[in-house]
This record gives sequence, structure tokens and C-alpha cells, in this order.
Amino acid sequence: MRKASAVVLVVIALLFIYAALDLPPTGDHEAPAAVHVSPRYIESAYKETATQNMVCAVLADYRSFDTLGEVIVIVIAGIAIVYIVGVSRPADEI
Amino acid sequence: MRKGFGSIILDVGFRHLTPFLILYAVYVLVHGHYGPGGGFQAGALLGLAVVLGRVVQGQDAELGIGLSGGLVLACTGALIFLAIGLASLLWGGNFLDYGVLPIASAPAEARALGILGIEAGVTMGVMGVIIIMFDLLTRRGERE
Repeated sequence: MRKASAVVLVVIALLFIYAALDLPPTGDHEAPAAVHVSPRYIESAYKETATQNMVCAVLADYRSFDTLGEVIVIVIAGIAIVYIVGVSRPADEI
Repeated sequence: MRKGFGSIILDVGFRHLTPFLILYAVYVLVHGHYGPGGGFQAGALLGLAVVLGRVVQGQDAELGIGLSGGLVLACTGALIFLAIGLASLLWGGNFLDYGVLPIASAPAEARALGILGIEAGVTMGVMGVIIIMFDLLTRRGERE
């Protein structure tokens, strides 16, 4: 069983390496990720959001749904900590 | 952590440090429009200000926000974010499309203010979670 899983892992690793050979090189400005929506963000970020910091405009405006998810994940993590760590105490202390 | 580490030196140092810490956190929050910074970092700093007070002064610190306060803060932050998103839905835009909110003359400025609003929500959320973690991790030891 261990040998079988080792073989499967090696095969998966080789598949990943084969797939990674086709990835565009780091910093390639012709990469599909860099020619799709990024130019529009760069050109119109200030005009549309009056925010000088492009990172902030993308984070909190163009991709604000993503940020909403991050905040909700953090808050749920906090509530989960309350229930995991605080579970041994009586409920009225929480 | 009912009793802090508080010697008088720590206490005085904390008293002089905390106002600047809070001011710096607000600066990081509002300066997120112009440079590095934003809600997550500002929340971490504000949480640090509260945690520092709890470490130095113990349970009845000046900025003593406890577990329930932290929970209320965290959930209020997330709800502010959601409320701004739903408000823009109410004024006829898409979800989280702040440009339609009637808070500024130009849509671009409304977007800037909307970003500030949700960043404030993020700040409250992160601050609350940091306080929750600190409170629970330090409260455990004092039952023995």
C-alpha cells in the first residue's frame, strides 16, 4: 500500500512538473494573466475610483467580493476559536 | 490574565505608547488610499494596542475590551462591510458597487469613500478577532 501510494505520488508529481513547463515565465508581460484585465485596472483605476493606490483600488473595489470573503473567513475563524478553546468553560462566561 | 506584568515603568511606557499606536493605526487605515496600508494592517495595530494594555495592566486595563466586546467588534465589522454592499444594491447598483451611493458628487469619489467604509469594517473585524484570540489564550491559565 505504501509503495502504491508512493508510485501514485511520483506520477502526480511528474504530471505537475510536465504541466508547469508550459507556464509563462515569471514577469512575462505577455502572459494571459497580464493581458486580460490588468491593463484596464491600470489605465482606469484612478479615473474610476479616485484612489491613487492601485492595489487598494483592486483589493477593495474591483475585487471587493474577494475581500468580503476574507473578512468573513477571519471572523468565522475567531468564532470557531471561541467554541474550540472556550468549550470547557460554562456557557455564561462566554 | 487577571494580573498584568505591570511594573511602574511598563505602565508609564504603555501609557505613552498607546496613543501613538492608535494614531498610527488610524493613519495606516486612511492612508491605504495613497500607499501601503489598509484595513487588515490597521486592525492588527488596533488589536495590538488593546493586547498591550491587557498584558501590562491585566484584566482591568484602560482599553479593556473583553471576549464579548471582541466578538461584537468582529461581527460588527463584517456586517458593516456587508451593509455597504447591500446599500449599493439598494440604490440600484450591483453588490459592492459603491459608485451609486449618494455620499459624494462624483461616482469616483463615492467609490473612494465606499472603499474607506469597507476598510473600516475590515479594521474592526481584524481587531475583534485579535482580541478574541488573546483573551481566550490568556484566560485559560488563570483557572488553575
